[in-house]
Amino acid sequence: MKAKVYVTLKPSVLDPQGKAIHHSVELLGFEKIADIRQGKYFEIALDATLSDAEARETAEKIAKDVLANPVIEDYRVEISN
Amino acid sequence: MKFGVIVFPGSNCDHDAYHVISKHVGQPVEFIWHKETDLSGYDAVIVPGGFSYGDYLRCGALAKFSPVMAAVKEFAAQGKFVFGICNGFQILCEAGLLPGALIRNKNLHFICKHVNLKVENSNTPYTSEIAEGEVLSIPIAHAEGNYVCDDETFHQLEENGQIVFRYCDENGEVTDEANPNGARSNIAGICNQDRNVLGMMPHPERACEVLLGSDDGRNIFRSLTKAIAAHG
Repeated sequence: MKAKVYVTLKPSVLDPQGKAIHHSVELLGFEKIADIRQGKYFEIALDATLSDAEARETAEKIAKDVLANPVIEDYRVEISN
Repeated sequence: MKFGVIVFPGSNCDHDAYHVISKHVGQPVEFIWHKETDLSGYDAVIVPGGFSYGDYLRCGALAKFSPVMAAVKEFAAQGKFVFGICNGFQILCEAGLLPGALIRNKNLHFICKHVNLKVENSNTPYTSEIAEGEVLSIPIAHAEGNYVCDDETFHQLEENGQIVFRYCDENGEVTDEANPNGARSNIAGICNQDRNVLGMMPHPERACEVLLGSDDGRNIFRSLTKAIAAHG
């Protein structure tokens, strides 16, 4: 069982790295790119004996306590078997 | 009076802080390995600069789980002094001892240079020996010093006088041009509501000898020493 955790900066927080990437993408000639925001992605391998609900609960807690800083970031958890 | 300097894997300004306390402040000081859990016997701890845990995940994010940090929280709750410098400031924010967070510099550069700091509040244990409005020349050396917080936190910081240092020009004017990293309202250092915990991005421990370009950092350590003596 796997938990995928996506950590993204809150919309109100400036993302200078995303801006630099956006700039490079435009220099390459890509058009109609409105914005690029950089985030983080984690894969957590969980014991197969956990139920989906238990796996989600564990991954949400890890995301909240460790992977994301709630002052500046949001997170989203996906569970897959 | 005894100072402690916490050492995380990746700290690299621990010896500078130790040097300043032993040589210029002239007080006993010991290194505290991050696995220690007992801070009794210390009057002030310095959370030094560096790259704790290689800045993995986020600056200071993994250091907050080091065993010593539970003791630091307890130490701060007792009203004792906790002074975070650079990575130390990032760690104190991550640990929730100070509000807000420090994100990547607006221009993405690692910036290493002397900056001017305006002392916004002299009524703290860290600035009592400095006149309000005085301009200090102190170096910064960071890539993630861009202070951010939400509006509510910002207003609380302002109302409570918790904004202790702001980036300014040589005349003490707080301008956008003088803001090296994009920090909200040019914030360079803040304290908690009780004023015993202070975090700042600039390095006063690197500004205690004229030979190194400035000794303006000395009065911060002198203020702290006086506060410890008064605290008993």
